[in-house]
Amino acid sequence: MYRFASFDEPILNRLPQKRVEVNPEIEWIPEKLRRKAPPNIPNLEEQQVVRHFFRLSQMNYGIENGMYPLGSCTMKYNPKICEDIANWKAFTDIHPHQDESTVQGTLQILYELEQMLKEITGMHAFSLQPAAGAHGEFLGMLIVRAYHESMGNEERREVIVPDTAHGTNPASARMAGFDVIEIPSNGEGTVDLEVLDKTLSDKTAALMLTNPNTLGIFESDILEIADMVHDAGALLYYDGANLNAILGKARPGDMGFDIVHLNLHKTFSAPHGGGGPGAGPVGVKENLSKFLPVPRIKKEGDRYVLDYNCPHSVGKIRDFYGNIEVCIKAYVYLLLMGGNGLKEVAEISVLNSNYMKEKLKKSEFYHLPYRDLRKHEFVVSCEPLRGKKGIRAIDVAKRLLDYGLHPPTIYFPLIVKEALMIEPTETETKEDLDRYVEALLSIANEDPEVVKEAPSKTPNRRIDEAFAAKNLVLTWKDI
Amino acid sequence: MPFIPNSWIKDEMLKEMGLKSVDELFSDIPESIRISDLNLPDGLPEDEVVKLIDGISRKNKPFPEFLSFAGGGIKPHYIPSAVRHILLRSEFYTSYTPYQPEASQGFLQAMFEYQSVIAELTGMEVANCSLYDMSTSLGEAVRMSIRINGRKRILIPRNISRERKSVLKNYIAGLDAEIVEIEYDKKTGKMNLDDLVEKIDDETSCVYIENPNYFGIFEDDVEEISEIVHSRNALMIVGVDLLSLAIVKPPGEYGGDIVISEGRTYGTPMNFGGSSLGIFACKKRFIRNMPGRIIGMTHDIDGNRAFCMTLQTREQHIRRQKATSNICTNENLNALATLVYISLLGSEGLVKLAKKNMENARKLYESLVSLPWFKPVFSSSFFNEFVLTSTQDVFYMNRELLKKDMMAGLPLEREFPELEKCMLFGITELYDENDIAKLISAIKEVYHV
Repeated sequence: MYRFASFDEPILNRLPQKRVEVNPEIEWIPEKLRRKAPPNIPNLEEQQVVRHFFRLSQMNYGIENGMYPLGSCTMKYNPKICEDIANWKAFTDIHPHQDESTVQGTLQILYELEQMLKEITGMHAFSLQPAAGAHGEFLGMLIVRAYHESMGNEERREVIVPDTAHGTNPASARMAGFDVIEIPSNGEGTVDLEVLDKTLSDKTAALMLTNPNTLGIFESDILEIADMVHDAGALLYYDGANLNAILGKARPGDMGFDIVHLNLHKTFSAPHGGGGPGAGPVGVKENLSKFLPVPRIKKEGDRYVLDYNCPHSVGKIRDFYGNIEVCIKAYVYLLLMGGNGLKEVAEISVLNSNYMKEKLKKSEFYHLPYRDLRKHEFVVSCEPLRGKKGIRAIDVAKRLLDYGLHPPTIYFPLIVKEALMIEPTETETKEDLDRYVEALLSIANEDPEVVKEAPSKTPNRRIDEAFAAKNLVLTWKDI
Repeated sequence: MPFIPNSWIKDEMLKEMGLKSVDELFSDIPESIRISDLNLPDGLPEDEVVKLIDGISRKNKPFPEFLSFAGGGIKPHYIPSAVRHILLRSEFYTSYTPYQPEASQGFLQAMFEYQSVIAELTGMEVANCSLYDMSTSLGEAVRMSIRINGRKRILIPRNISRERKSVLKNYIAGLDAEIVEIEYDKKTGKMNLDDLVEKIDDETSCVYIENPNYFGIFEDDVEEISEIVHSRNALMIVGVDLLSLAIVKPPGEYGGDIVISEGRTYGTPMNFGGSSLGIFACKKRFIRNMPGRIIGMTHDIDGNRAFCMTLQTREQHIRRQKATSNICTNENLNALATLVYISLLGSEGLVKLAKKNMENARKLYESLVSLPWFKPVFSSSFFNEFVLTSTQDVFYMNRELLKKDMMAGLPLEREFPELEKCMLFGITELYDENDIAKLISAIKEVYHV
């Protein structure tokens, strides 16, 4: 069983410091702009710094510490070779303004990655530029905007999202200036066609959908949904957070989606980095390709070029061309897996998820709402456990830490009470899945007081988040 | 299959679940859209992938094999080895956003320390854990300003990069706001204060300045700018070069309300413009309008010191469309790189580094203006980038230098038509006198001297 290390590691500026005289003044800076005193940054030896961060790392849980089944986050193993290659000097030490002829290697990788993503999704053109999934959504919404403006439909100001949508969906739509209409799911946990029909109008700009949705349920009515959206003159947007479930089995492009974003740091195994950098490429159908950001990567003969001559483009959404090193990791992963491997990814991730679900749903403490068949993730409710023993989802999550396991996503999607949203991914062994289920079942049978007091074996016991929000201590000056 | 351990016991698991085939698990997908295979090659073994990509990588010419003296923000810097070693601690790089603080104390403490060093350098009271890059930080800063005072007029310098303007325009596309550009002084290259006074009004939400500005020039009239901005109750957003802050007065001391910067300079490689680090700091009174993740110090139920994400009610996973931003995944690992880098150098190293950059820039400047083909454009003091005008066609010059795997400055006339034949040069601590000499003799060869 995994155990965290626990250090009383001081804040960086409380480590023993060298006493050095530092004079920041220099004559070349205009007098009134000179810094009079050096910044208050400690002066340390390398080994102090390395030890400090080494110790901090040992108080942090990553995918190599054990299973990390956060729903909709696709925490799969990150192959080492992907890291290594992305760190080759040939890739890290090139300047974005270098002449195209001196960066043909990277341009080739980016171009080929776009081609692979097109095949995987059934879309016609890609931009690798968005830095994250939400950034991709934002770009997608800018494209929706540009499309309707080009059609003279400026009055289309509404974006529809289901109540199971990721929080980024409504936030991204709002950021691009749309009004967000949230529609309730039906009794199956999927889009309610009647409600959708009533909500669609000549004001609708787009419907944003995740498929399979955040309950892990495939929207089987997707073809009808696509027709309804298109008949209403709106666009259909695909949130690719859950693409892992359908790799090589079905493609958003074939389902009728007009715009998709992918998460290379989820589906294609680039590491999450504690919250980034990720990459959120956006793919579109042919009629929308002219709106993609500049520059586009093109192949002319056997040369790769950056094309800025795109008069209809939305322009830029960030500096330069994308989170390139993340793209390279995804490219390496795709070469390792190949088309056959990706299909296996989908099959086993769905198998693993349903395997766990089957075991858990038999428990009197965990309830599986909605349809039985799930894709790569499933959501159970701890409501029975709460009713019988007063144990809430958060208690289960915290107690899992004492078992050396990372908890699943909790309290999401919002339509399931006391939700545990579990996504094991394809990279776990059957033994690990069994152990995780056993831990969940065992927690349900424990003394509720012990569970509610958990965790007890982590570097810190349960943390007071409300205190943090009330008493803002945000830098070492505030201490 | 690699990385899929249950591949070989799939049948056993299916049987246990009472299923005959894995296809049954996909019966919810309409048949008409099911595919049997992707049109992609089969997976390759690791050694073959390495060989393949090694071949591709040889088509790149990295620094210093390709020697660029282009300014415009991004330049090569030395990254101490320890930075990479810390980043490769897999507890850090394979972890997710720290939603479970008890399992993430290491990263959370590091991000608290990151916020602290950014606050120290910028002179601000609070910093978030990162946005994507400086341009998206500008977009978010302007959105934040509009949230704070409800005004819709945005003043920016005319001399910022064209790409940054485009990003800003997209970030406020949904807000019905107006962007107004302030001229630079044609002699000094600094902000034209008369033009600022003329354009600012009581509807102005914020004024953005860069210091050093896009031409590398120090805006030393910042106290006056601040007075003009604040007399209209507008906010002052300051974009800085992080590197310069070790020796330049921090914006917190001259009235900056929001400070943004590019964190790549400290510890993240150029990566062809790849993932960067959007630094974002502000005054504490604006914090509830701030975008992005913020870490706070608190305690656990035993009273021990602890860290957690805080003020999450600003964020999309709680507030959905009412959130301050849609940002979720940020650039946390690059923020860690910046923190480790700053820790390794300390104030002593950071000051030395900044001075070295200024020194090298002056060496490059002197060497170039001693040639007959270059003349200074602006009279003001600069940091590590500067603009020169040439008697020659600068595109031709760069084309010729390319044959020797070199690039002089970044031609500016596409962005600023009035700066015909002008180039923006940049240099860092990573270049030495031989590199400069190489450039000088290569330019001489172009003109057969």
